[in-house]
Amino acid sequence: MEHITLLLAIVIATALVFDFTNGFHDTANAMATTISTGALKPKTAVAMSAVLNLVGAFLSVEVAKTISGGLINEEGIRTEVIFAALVGAILWNLLTWLLGLPSSSSHALFGGLIGATLMSVGASGVNGGVVVTKILIPALAAPLVAGVAALLATRLTFRLGRHADDKATAKGYRAGQIASAGLVSLAHGTNDAQKTMGVITLALVTGGVLAPGANPPLWVIVSAGVAIALGTYLGGWRIIRTMGTGLTDLRPQQGFAAQTSAATVILASSHLGFSLSTTQSCSGAVMGAGLGRKGGVVRWSTATRMFVAWGLTLPAAGLVAAGAEFLTGQGTWGVTVVAVLLVASSGAIWYASRRKPVDHTNVTETGAGTAGTDAGTTGVPEPAGVVTTAVAAVAPPPVAGTAQDLSATIQAPAGPAGEPARTASV
Amino acid sequence: MNIDWAALGAVFGVSLAATVALVGLFALGVVSLARQESAGARSAGGAARTGQVLAYACFALCAAAVAYGIYLIVA
Repeated sequence: MEHITLLLAIVIATALVFDFTNGFHDTANAMATTISTGALKPKTAVAMSAVLNLVGAFLSVEVAKTISGGLINEEGIRTEVIFAALVGAILWNLLTWLLGLPSSSSHALFGGLIGATLMSVGASGVNGGVVVTKILIPALAAPLVAGVAALLATRLTFRLGRHADDKATAKGYRAGQIASAGLVSLAHGTNDAQKTMGVITLALVTGGVLAPGANPPLWVIVSAGVAIALGTYLGGWRIIRTMGTGLTDLRPQQGFAAQTSAATVILASSHLGFSLSTTQSCSGAVMGAGLGRKGGVVRWSTATRMFVAWGLTLPAAGLVAAGAEFLTGQGTWGVTVVAVLLVASSGAIWYASRRKPVDHTNVTETGAGTAGTDAGTTGVPEPAGVVTTAVAAVAPPPVAGTAQDLSATIQAPAGPAGEPARTASV
Repeated sequence: MNIDWAALGAVFGVSLAATVALVGLFALGVVSLARQESAGARSAGGAARTGQVLAYACFALCAAAVAYGIYLIVA
């Protein structure tokens, strides 16, 4: 009994840490363009996003009944599997944050769940068809839909405003952009905080604390909302920099078009029954807006790295989770080892990030110094660096997944970020 | 495995139409307002007033769209 209680406590703490990484990983979705076009000051932007995320967490009472949306068979899922899945998702979130690459937190969680389930009960526990319909197709569709919409919208703004003074219109576009960004933040709080509540509730049910089908207790709602808001407030500045200035250069019109397109796609997709990833929609919208302006460019080297990260999200988080699940299956000492490895890896990633910090003071820095070399944009010397680092994290056998991940990130030549290692406080 | 092409198509169509309509509407408002400001500096004529009315009508429609968005999130 005591064992279960301790494990449960660890899982809940880990779920909140995941929620926290989810928050700072996804601040960029709502606020990257808002910051890069100067609509809001960096600190103001993340504060606004944090508040709206917190509000969003309380808005909807309908808790996600399934945390995986049918990806895996959740009947009789063990608490350890949830723990292992969270470990995989957290480490992938931290690694992509270190590299400044926007990638979907939900997909990381799905990847972790798939990996842990495969290791736990084998292929029968995973629904392969759902992987295609819920992850692969949306991953292709999201940037395309948002990108095309943003491209056309951007063209339209330049067409309508061709006789107008740019300075006179900029203020209006910035105001509109803030409204769109607010909607994205609100929707994010509702969706993603719900996900963590679902995970914690499921863990409580499997641990026998709650009856199956019970609603989450108030403390779960509050802590999930607060965790995601805190993460958002810290701001994933590295990812904000990539999305706001690394992919393309945005003027107020483009920022407005991109953010509105992202907000529309997110709301439309979740209400028409074909959920698209927030991160992928936003990245696509930013690129579309970049292409929509005459003479606008998209930095395809950065975009390519981002696409590679999207492709690796599922297998990488899955491999780490599978390794973690193998260890937790060994008993209490295995759980302890995984917890220690998680803290150590998170600490190492945070330490690596301190070498080249990106925070609210230099988040919009761009131009020859950073974007030209790509190094500053993502904190990595050359494109190959990302791929090799990412591959290094994926390549080792599952058992050693977590440990290898640690060593891979220590070698990572990357740098920046004003991120505290709160994630290490498991 | 069945892919819900209808839903995907609907998402594509609705997103595209809504984005372009909203952005267009808002841009129209912003541009009219900017023009009205520069026109108003020269002479406070009827054209300036028309621009102002048009701009606020556009913004009101956009505000309604935002309200609908919040309704979708809450519902």
